[in-house]
Order: sequence, then structure tokens, then C-alpha cells
Amino acid sequence: MASTDARSAGSARAVPATARVVVIGAGIVGNCLVHHLARLGWRDILQIDKGPLPNPGGSTGHASNFIFPVDHSREITDLTLDSMRQYKELGVFTESGGYEVARTEERMEELRRRMSSARAWGIPAELVTPDHVVERVPFLDKDEILGAFWTPSVGVVDSLRAGTLMRESAQALGALTVVSTVEVLGMDVERGRIRRVRTTGGDIEAETVVIACGVWSPKLARMAGAAIPLTPAVHQMISVGPIPQLAERPGEISFPIIRDMDTFCYERQHGADMEVGSYAHRPILWDPEDIPSIDQARLSPTETPFTADDFDPQLEQALELMPDALGADGAEIRYAINGLLSLTPDGAPILGETPEVKGLWSAAAVWIKEGPGVGRAVAEWMTHGYSEIDLHHSDIARFYPHQRTRPHVRSRTSEAFNKTYGIVHPGEQWDGERGKRLAPMHAAQRAAGAEFFETVGWERPMWYASNEALLGEYGDAVMPREHEWDSRWWSPIINAEHLAMRDRAGIVDLSAFAIFDVVGPAAEQAVQGIVVAQAAVAEGRVIYTPVLDANGGFRSDLTVMRLAHDRYRVVTGGLHGMADLKWFADHLPAGAAIVDQTSAFTTIGLWGPKARDILGRLTDADISHTGFPFLTCRGITLGSVAVLASRISYVGELGWELYVPMEQGARVWELLHEAGRPDGAVPVGIGVYGTTGRLEKGYRAFGFELDGERTIVEAGMARPKVKEADFVGREAYLAQRAADPRTVLCTLTVDDHRSASGRNRYMLGGEPILTRDGGALTDGHGHHPYVTSAGSAPSLGKHVLMAYLPPDQAVIGNRLAVSYMEELYPVTVGSADATPLFDPANERIRG
Amino acid sequence: MADVLVCIKRVPDVAGEVLLTPDAQAVDARYVGFTVSAHENCAVELAERIATATGGTATVLTLGPEAAVEQLRAALAVGCAAAVHIDADPVGYGPVDVVREIAAVVETHAAEGRTHDLILLGNDAADTGDFQVGVRLAYALGRPVVNGVRTIEVDGGVATARGDGPDGVETFAVPLPAVATVLEGGVEPRYPSVVGRMKAKKIPIETVAPRHEPRGPGRVRLTLPPAQPSTVEVLGSGPDAAPSVVDLLQRMGVTR
Repeated sequence: MASTDARSAGSARAVPATARVVVIGAGIVGNCLVHHLARLGWRDILQIDKGPLPNPGGSTGHASNFIFPVDHSREITDLTLDSMRQYKELGVFTESGGYEVARTEERMEELRRRMSSARAWGIPAELVTPDHVVERVPFLDKDEILGAFWTPSVGVVDSLRAGTLMRESAQALGALTVVSTVEVLGMDVERGRIRRVRTTGGDIEAETVVIACGVWSPKLARMAGAAIPLTPAVHQMISVGPIPQLAERPGEISFPIIRDMDTFCYERQHGADMEVGSYAHRPILWDPEDIPSIDQARLSPTETPFTADDFDPQLEQALELMPDALGADGAEIRYAINGLLSLTPDGAPILGETPEVKGLWSAAAVWIKEGPGVGRAVAEWMTHGYSEIDLHHSDIARFYPHQRTRPHVRSRTSEAFNKTYGIVHPGEQWDGERGKRLAPMHAAQRAAGAEFFETVGWERPMWYASNEALLGEYGDAVMPREHEWDSRWWSPIINAEHLAMRDRAGIVDLSAFAIFDVVGPAAEQAVQGIVVAQAAVAEGRVIYTPVLDANGGFRSDLTVMRLAHDRYRVVTGGLHGMADLKWFADHLPAGAAIVDQTSAFTTIGLWGPKARDILGRLTDADISHTGFPFLTCRGITLGSVAVLASRISYVGELGWELYVPMEQGARVWELLHEAGRPDGAVPVGIGVYGTTGRLEKGYRAFGFELDGERTIVEAGMARPKVKEADFVGREAYLAQRAADPRTVLCTLTVDDHRSASGRNRYMLGGEPILTRDGGALTDGHGHHPYVTSAGSAPSLGKHVLMAYLPPDQAVIGNRLAVSYMEELYPVTVGSADATPLFDPANERIRG
Repeated sequence: MADVLVCIKRVPDVAGEVLLTPDAQAVDARYVGFTVSAHENCAVELAERIATATGGTATVLTLGPEAAVEQLRAALAVGCAAAVHIDADPVGYGPVDVVREIAAVVETHAAEGRTHDLILLGNDAADTGDFQVGVRLAYALGRPVVNGVRTIEVDGGVATARGDGPDGVETFAVPLPAVATVLEGGVEPRYPSVVGRMKAKKIPIETVAPRHEPRGPGRVRLTLPPAQPSTVEVLGSGPDAAPSVVDLLQRMGVTR
């Protein structure tokens, strides 16, 4: 094939003057992306890289190239499985099998939890004895380990070869021009859109540009005024050889890969050598601007000088595990690098169109194991506006301004680095970068002993120590947990607050909401075209509605208040709020605009049977059921404070959300507590709002029950009618309604918590749902049911789970099992639609 | 039972474009890290072989900043048994200063009853290229010196050194104690083993303070030669390029 590769490194190469799309970067991500764009019909694709091909010097070139498919994240696992399939199709995958070995009992428990994820994602795996390991890896010292997690499908890939094949397939379609050894000098943005990429080989006019530059991505994004908040970080790796035990067998890899989880190291055969890699050393972060040029680098720009001192402790641990191999006569450390890879503040990739610049996309912070899957998903997203694999955890739009700053990225990635192989509790909180967004009532919350959990920078009380006295009041009804893991990052006070709210009233800080207004003469048209529910409603009406993509998958679920003929206010969860804002902004007709109000208002929830009495003490407004009906909103005054009140509930109780100017939030918080004192109202944390209250009511949450791969029908949220007006996803939604669902969201209760050890265990989410005797279940999508949300339902005295079940299993009273830490617990289906287990007729909300 | 002292210098591991520090007194190692020169790697290898062959010991010495311990450990990992660190900023040291400090260590050790029979150095410093320390050290200690040797062996009280001369290989027999400077190419330096690296970690390093104020190298600044335009020649692409690649590798002496 005629090559367009480097002919004269260092001299300026001419680039085409225009392209339909410019993909910057020829690492695994850029290469997979151009292939999939071409496959989906894109033409006139231009791919450029500042380095030579096939290894332009980025992280792909020094990757260890092995893939362990099981991850606790479904999104990452699905991308990995899709990538493995693609690598196999290209003929560059070699299956080796892999062990994650445990040196401690704590790790064995984590491996049992890993089994949950393996079963949930349908990946064959088993817990095995040290003998099983040494049978396949005879040079491992079995006395060092207690057991292992065995994944037979683990393997290694040739990522450089894969990239070449991907490019060649796009070139064969006549879709792709590749120009190497040209460096980007700048990017021109006009009226918020990318227009031009300026390079050492000339300028390129383009409407769409993708940054797939790995560790250099932040530098490239900055050229266009956008942010890709990742940092280059060192991952140390050495190669030891020749090792006789390895040299005896032909080929690159014939022994399973070992992940020595407790020392944060791996050992991976590469021909006669053993590569030892580490995530145990101190975090060593680089600035993208400081990465050397190809000419300045000794090996490649991302293979930085090895700092031996940092690696010495791992060397010792590796030798303990494999004394005969790593200590073999003649085996020398032949190669050692501080390799650079990309880390992000939350560990997820950074994908999608940048919120700052239309037409400028990011495909960064992607590892070898996810590259082809990400290439396909991002290409689909660019083509159709959605992808088969939901990418919302990786959406670049998820970041708030403070999360895009260098100090935030450095702090979070430093803290996360040593947790790469760590045992991370699902509720685990960050130590660093705390206290960044404080609610106006923060001081009062602190005084009340709030236990703060962080969400997108907000410090949110999960529960209040001041409510500890409630524990005596409610006794065993607070469902105490005996096992340390189950009760870590949890308190029975959450359940006590829940019961107090249901008995009396609770006051909830909801400052973390993202709030934005849709304004202008076309506001109604805008909202109507975006949301599923009828938006052409009277002023003062509140709508709770799904938001769909064109494929009929969930983009969000949120509430919208019609404040005026030309103003709607959207209230949505903090976690996904910025992505929702971008989605709305991207779908506006002329005559409508978005105004972000997130920092203008705090939200305080007041709920419980006494809520009306309490609010009544503060306002003269008519707040009777008829005077202020459910799903309506209006401005009221609380003393001298004007607030917007909305009669709505996410906890299933009578009450209001009060939207208060940020600077008056502390005052209203205090007023509500004063007014609530006679009725015994208590501050209630997010533990109730986000989990216990919600689960008792069967309310679905985006990111748990709802995402791009779920439908309204499957989630049991279909209304009798679909509005006439067109909206994004309407056609797909109508088709979904006409077909039988392939999976059904159910609520289940745990019948018996007793474990073999005699202690009661409580699931935390992510566990597989099986038949009563432990058999696998498969839904119409080929997925296996797993727990999307888990938590106490104190008013029911039950532990509640949500899961999508195969339709034939979605029957009330159906007896199934949940697997937790490799033990089965009986569960029963309590609801096979959106009907809540608690107060099924929703009488309490009416008050 | 030869006692060999091998002297090394921590220098930037330059491969491509060379950068200077802002004061132009040293090479900037920001992107490349530090190493010792190929000559010194061979000297360390020779020292280890002599020590093994004679049942003696090899001691590694450097004059450099605290970070130069990294280079001492690397030599310990490939067979040196002891290390001496003259803790000083080498930028202020000229060859005369360096010689004076090494000689002081050698004399101190001799006074303690430990004579370094053979002192090996690299032929020239990789960063400053002075070509002086070996000869000056021999003069200061009143020892014979051979420069530019590729191999060296010790038998009894005599070192046999070989190197390239204008008319072919020259062989010298030098009575010990002696000094020799080593040119790369005579031996293949080994990489450290995992066990060697761990052993090296545990060996105590003798740290000494410099005896004298340095008089300085007399150097005003380093300057870089003008950048050479890249002269990449594309041999072809695909399978058709194979013969020219083979031809090139043969011309380079990589294959025969």
C-alpha cells in the first residue's frame, strides 16, 4: 500500500487545506477512531501526528498491552469487552489467562467482590487456590499467596499493529489521509466553533476536530480555549531477562499474567523477559507542557528517565513472589522506564464534544484495554448523537469549572494513583480537594455534626451526629449493620433520620442541584422538543420528565418548572448537571437561550406529615392541598425572604422544595429549623434523600437505574399517552412502546441476611441477581441482572434492591437470590413496575 | 587479590538534542536523566572482572552531588563491593580539583592499610570532555598510567592493558600500583540483576567531604554547536524495503 508515512522527519510536511474531520493523534485511540468513522460513512478524514508512524511516541508505544476484562464499572467493562472483540477480529489478541493474587484476607474479600462484578457482567472467572496458580505459573512462590481470582480470557494485544490495521482499513475505503510528523501549532475558534487547525505543515480548515493526543491532550485543548482535565503520570515498568523458564517456551506469552494486587504490581511475560510494572510508587505527575520533544527525549517522549529508588521496594516484593524467575542466573534488568500515562480526577476517560467549543471533541485518557471500544463508541456518538455503549461516566461535559483546574486534577490523581489496584469501597470519600463548594447553611450543618460526603465539589451532609439521639428512639428499626464493610461510610443515623422524617418532618439541603433556565420567546418550543413529558403547560406547573437521546435511551431525568410564558427552570442532579446543561444548549431552537442558575440558588427540601404545619408558621400563602396542589410551584414569602416553592417529592412525603437565593439560604435553613422545632423536625441527610427514601418509593436515579442503554418502557416509567409534539427520541420511544420489553426494572427485598459466618450482611449495589439456587439469568439484551441500587427501607424493615430482570422473572413474589461476597441470599420481587413498596397509592404525598 | 578503584561521574544521559542549563555551566538533564559514560560503564565492568578473577575487590568512587549516589548504587548493583562518595557540586571543580580530591581518598585509604592497586577511569568525561583526570591523577600519585585501554587484566603485581594504537593493538605491561583510563568497546557492560540491585541497596556508602576549596575549571560557559539539519533517508516502504534495510544493517556492522 502506498504509504503516507514520514519521509523526512523534522521538515515540514504539507497537509491538505481542508478536511471534513481532523483527528489529532495516531495512538490507539486516534487509530481506532478513524477506522470507525470511515466504517460509519465519514470521508475526507485527516489524521495527523507529530511523531513518526507506527509509533509516534505516545503512551501506546510503551504500553504493557495486557487486558483484564473485569472492572467494577459496567461502562469500562463493556468498553473493554468490545475492545477485546475488535482486537481478536484484527488477529492481534493472544489469550494468556490472568491471575489477580491475594496476599491478605482483606484482599481475598475484595476478590470475592470482584466475583460479583464478573458474574454481573457475564465474564467467566473463578476464585482459585494457590495450587491452581502454581500449576500454570510454576515459578511463583505459592506460600506468598492465599488465593487468586482467575480470569481465563485475559490476554495481550499488539496495540501498534492494531492501530496500523485500523488506519489501513480506513485508507482502503478511501476515507483517510494520514500525515505524520506535523505538529499542531494552534487552533482557531470562531463564534464558539472550531474552524481551523494550524500546523507545521500548513493550516487545515475543518468543522470537526478530535483531540486524541493522550498525555498531550490538555495542551492541545488549551490552544482552542477548552479543557481536557487529565494529567500525565508516571507508571514505572522494568523488564527482566533472559529468564530460562520463559525462554523455554516459544512466542510472546505462554504464561498467565499475574497481578500482585496487594503490592500494586504486575508481572507479565514478554518473550524471554518478565515485565514488572508498578502502581505502588509515589505519584509522579508531569505537566503536559514539560514533556520533551521527540528530539529531546532519550527513548520516546513518554518514556521518561527511570527513578530506581522509587521502584526498589517493588523489586523486593516481586522477587518474593517469583524468586526462581526474577532471581534466575543471568537475568538482568534490561529496560526500565518511568512511562507516562493519562490519569483523570475521577478515573474515567474524557470523551465527547467539549462544552467550550462546538465541533471540538476529546477522546483522551483511554487505556489500551478500552481503545477500540472507545473508538467505536465515540465514532457512533459523533455520527448519530448517541452510542451503543452508554458513555455518561466518561462525558467530558461532566466537569464543573473547579474540576478542570490543574490543582484539582493533581490532587485527585495523586490520591487515586495508589488505589489503581486498591480496595476501594463504593462509598469511599476523597481526602484532598475538599470543602470546595459550601452550601450557605454549611456552618449550621457543621455545628449539627454533619458527616460530609462530596459530590462534584459540594460538601453534602450524609447524616447528622446531632440526630444520634434518634437511635434510642427507634431501636432496632434503624437496621444496624454488623459487618465492617457493609457499615463503612454508613451510619444507622441515616435510617433514624428517615423514620423521623416519615413520622414528623425532615429538612434536607439540596444545594448540589444543577439549576438552569431556558428563556426567550422560543422557550416552550425548546423544552417541548427536548423532554418527553408535555411541556406546553400553564405557568406554575412542575413537570418530572425523562430526557431521551435520538435512540430512545435516557440522557437524563429531571424536573422542569414553568415560571413564565418565556421561562422554564430546569432542576437536575449535581452529578450529571453540566452534561444536562450542554444537552439542552445543544438542542435549542433560535429564540431560546440557557442561563445557568446553579450558583444563584440553594435548594432546601421540607418533607414529612408535619411539613405543611411547619411551612404554615412561616408564610401567609395558601399552602393547603387545593391552594398549592402537587406538581405546582409559585413564589411565596417566608418572613422577609422571597422563595420559589415547588410541591414535589423524591422521598414520598408531603412537602416542598424551596429555591432560595444563595445568600439567604442560611437564614431560611434557620427559619425552617425554628418553625419545625415544635413538631420535632430534624435535619435529614442525603443518605435518606438519595437512598432510603428513594428506594422505598421505587424512584429511579440517573446513572444507576437509568442511562443511555435503558428505555422508559424497561424502566417501567411509561405514561398512558405520548404527547403529539415532537421531541428528541420520540420515534424510538414509540417503537419501544410497541414492542415487548426485553428487560424489566424490578424492586426486590432481601428475605434473609444471615451469612455462613452467622453475621448479617447487607448488599451495597453491583451484585448479581441469580435464581434461588444460584443459576444465571439473562435478559433479552443478553445482559445478566445486577443490583443497580441497594439500601435500607427502614419504614418497611427491609433491605431493598433494584435490578433489571428478564421479563419472565419480573413477577411479584418471584423468589430469586442475590450473590454477595460469594454467598447466596434469598430475595423476592416486590414490584415489577414503578409501584412503590412503601405507600403504593402515594397518599402521603397528597398530605 | 587486586584492589581496584573505579572512578565514575554522574552525567546527563544525552541521546538526541542537547540542552544547557540556564547558566550554561552544565548540560540540562531534565528530559533524559543521568547516567555515567559508556567508557566508565566499561571501566566498572573491567573492575568487576579483575576483582572476580583475582579474588579482590572493586570499589567505585565519584565526586558529585548527593544525587550521584544513584550512579554509585548502579555500579554496586553490577558487582562493585564498596563505594566512596565525595560530596561536592562538580560544576565548580576543574580537573586539578577533582584529582586532588581523588588522590586524597586514595592516600587516606592507603594510610588505613588499604592500597588501591589499580585505579580505572573513563578515558574522558562525557559532559566536559577534559581528558585530564587520569593522567593528572597518575602524576599526583606518582604512578604509571596507560590511556585509552580497551581491556585490562591483573596477574600478580602486573596489569596487562590493551588498546588501539596507530599500527594496531598495543599491549602494555604496567607494574602495580597503576592508573588506567578506559575506552568503551573492549567489554560488554552488564545490566544489573534484581538480586544485584537489592544487594546494592544495602551496601553502606563512604561519604567524604572535599578536602580543598576548588579552584574551578576556568570554564566560562558551554556552547552548543549549530543544529544539524535532519538527514533522514527513507529506504522504502513495505516488503520492498527489506533488502536496503539488510544492506544498511550490514554496513553499520549490526549484522554480518
